[in-house]
Amino acid sequence: MATLEDGVSPTQTVVPTGDVIENPRRRDYLKVAAVSFAGVGAAVTVLPLINSMNPSADVLAQSTTEIDVTAIEPGQAIKTSFRKQPLFVRNLTPAEIAAADAVPVSSLRDPQTLAQRTREGHGNWLITLGVCTHLGCVPLGAGEGENRGPFGGYFCPCHGSAYDTAGRIRQGPAPKNLEVPNYEFTSPTVVVVG
Amino acid sequence: MSFPWARHYEPKNALTQWIDSRLPLPRFVYNAVGAGYPVPRNLNYFWNFGVLAGVCLVIQIVTGIVLAMHFHSSAAGAFESINGTIMRDVNAGWFLRFAHANGASMFLAVVYIHIFRGLYYGSYKAPREMVWLIGVVIFLLIMATAFMGYVLPWGQMSFWGAQVITGFFSAIPVVGEWIRVWLLGGYAPDDAALNRFFSLHYLLPFVIAGAVILHIWALHIPGSGNPTGVEVKGEQDTVPFHPYYTAKDGFGVGVFMIIFAILIFFLPDYLGHPDNYIPANPLSTPAHIVPEWYFWPFYAILRAFTADFIIPAKLWGVVAMFGSILLLFFLPWLDKSPVRSANFRPMYRIAFWVLVLDVLVLGYCGGSAATPAVVIASQLTAAYYFAHFLIIVPIISRLERPKPLPNSITEAVLGDHGGSRMSETALSA
Repeated sequence: MATLEDGVSPTQTVVPTGDVIENPRRRDYLKVAAVSFAGVGAAVTVLPLINSMNPSADVLAQSTTEIDVTAIEPGQAIKTSFRKQPLFVRNLTPAEIAAADAVPVSSLRDPQTLAQRTREGHGNWLITLGVCTHLGCVPLGAGEGENRGPFGGYFCPCHGSAYDTAGRIRQGPAPKNLEVPNYEFTSPTVVVVG
Repeated sequence: MSFPWARHYEPKNALTQWIDSRLPLPRFVYNAVGAGYPVPRNLNYFWNFGVLAGVCLVIQIVTGIVLAMHFHSSAAGAFESINGTIMRDVNAGWFLRFAHANGASMFLAVVYIHIFRGLYYGSYKAPREMVWLIGVVIFLLIMATAFMGYVLPWGQMSFWGAQVITGFFSAIPVVGEWIRVWLLGGYAPDDAALNRFFSLHYLLPFVIAGAVILHIWALHIPGSGNPTGVEVKGEQDTVPFHPYYTAKDGFGVGVFMIIFAILIFFLPDYLGHPDNYIPANPLSTPAHIVPEWYFWPFYAILRAFTADFIIPAKLWGVVAMFGSILLLFFLPWLDKSPVRSANFRPMYRIAFWVLVLDVLVLGYCGGSAATPAVVIASQLTAAYYFAHFLIIVPIISRLERPKPLPNSITEAVLGDHGGSRMSETALSA
C-alpha cells in the first residue's frame, strides 16, 4: 500500500494494478477501529487498579470467627470481633424473648421477628454485629453494666438509636435492625461466624 | 488577559536574555504576579486571602513532606509514630506536627474568608465564572485532603471519623455497602484504609496546586475584580501587582503569621479533640463524635434529617450535605443581578449577612451534641441555607433596585476628582 506517494491523498488508495481510487471510508474505518480497540484496552487496564482496592486476601482470611459460648450466662452478652468489626453475642433470658415476641411486627421500622433473627433450636442466642446502622458507632449494652436503652437491648450513644432485645431498631435515626451475620452452631456451645 | 498598558518584561543582562529566549519562565512569573500584571488600585484587605491561601498550601506541603519522613502508615504504628516519635524524639518534630495540624485550620479559615469575600463582592459573576467553578473544585479537594489527613494519627477521633464518613457511602441504595467496603479495603477502617488515605493525602495537595494554577490562569483572563465591582476602564484604574500588592500581601502574611504562631506555640491543641490522644479502638466509640471545626456546618446539615421521606433520612442527610457544596457550582447562574458588589445592592447585602449568621449557627449546631433543640436549630438553619441560594438570591436579583455605580474605579477612589480623568503623572506626583 502506498497511500502517500506523490499525488495520492490520504483519502485515496493505490490498488495492486497501480490505479489510484477514491476510498474515503476505508481510512475512517481503520482509524475508528484502531482508536476503539486501543481505547477499550486502556479502559480494561483500569480494572486491576480498581480491583486492587477491594479487600485483599489477608483481610478476607479473617472472615470467619469461631466462638465458644459456654461461659455466657442467660442475660449476659459478650463483645468480640468479626472481620475487625464488633460482634455482640447475647444469651437472652426467657423474659427478654417474651418481650421481643410481644411486639407487633407491623409496628416496626424494619419488620422482623426474633425467630427470623436467630437459628432454629438456638432461639436464645442473639448474634449481631455491634455496628449501629446509622453511622457505624458501637452501641452500648453488651458490656457489664452498660446502658441498654429504653427497650432493654442496645443503645447507641452517638445519636440516640435504641434497639430492643431482638436487636431491632425501635427509636432514633438508625434505619435498620442490627445486622445478623451468617453463622451456624457446629456444636451446642460452639458457633462459627462468617 | 493583559491590559494594553501592562509593563513588558525586559531581561537586563546576558544571562536573563539567554534564559528568556529559551524558556521564558521569568517572563511568565513577571506577567503573572510581577510588575507585568495590572491590578485595580482599590483592592481592600479581603483581597489578601487568595495569596494567603497559597501561602497555607505551601506551608502544608513543606511541613507535610518532612512529617511523612517520620510517619508509619500502619494501624499498629501510626499513633506511636506521631505521639511518640515525632512529638518527643524527632528534632523539632513537635513544631512540625503542630504547624501542620494548625496549618490545616488556618488554611480552612483563610479559604472560608476568601469564599465569603467572593460571595459579598460578586466575584463569581461574568466574566469570572470559571474562576469560581475551579475554586469550588479546589474547596472540595481541600476538604477531602483535610479529612484524610485527620485520619492518619489513628486516634479515637481519627478512627471513628473515618468510620462515620465512609459510612455516608453506605447510604447509597443497592451498591452503597459495596462502595464502602471498596473504599476501606476491608469491613472496618484498618491498615488498608490508613495506607490508601496516606497515599491520597500526599497526592491531593499537588492536585490542588495544579488546580490553583488553573484558578489563577482563569482569573488573569479578565483580570482581578475589585470592591466596587466596576470593571477597569483605563490605565488610571490600575497599579502593577509588584510592588503595590506584593507589599500589601506581605503585610497580610505578617498578620497571618502572628496568629499562626499564637496557635502553634500557645494553643497547639485548642482546635483539636482530647479523644484523639487515645489510640484507635475499633470496639469502643467515643461518646461524642465531632469532626474538626471547619466541617461543623456540613455535619449539622448531615444530622438535620431525622425522618424518612421517599428516601431514607440517612440518604437525605448525605445528599443535602454534598448538595450544600455542589450548589455553589450553580451560583453564577442563580444570581442574575448584573451588579457585582454588595456595596451597591441593599437587599443582597442584608441577605449576605444573614447567610453568614446562618452558617455560624449551623457550625455551632454541628459542633454540639445532637440534643432535640440543636436538631431543630440545625433543621431551620439548613433549610435557610438552601433557601438563600435557591430562592432568596434569584428573587432579590429580580426585585432589587441597586444604588448608582461609580463611573470608574478612579472616581470611586478619588471622589469628584476622579471624574476629571487624572493622568498617570498626576497620580505619581
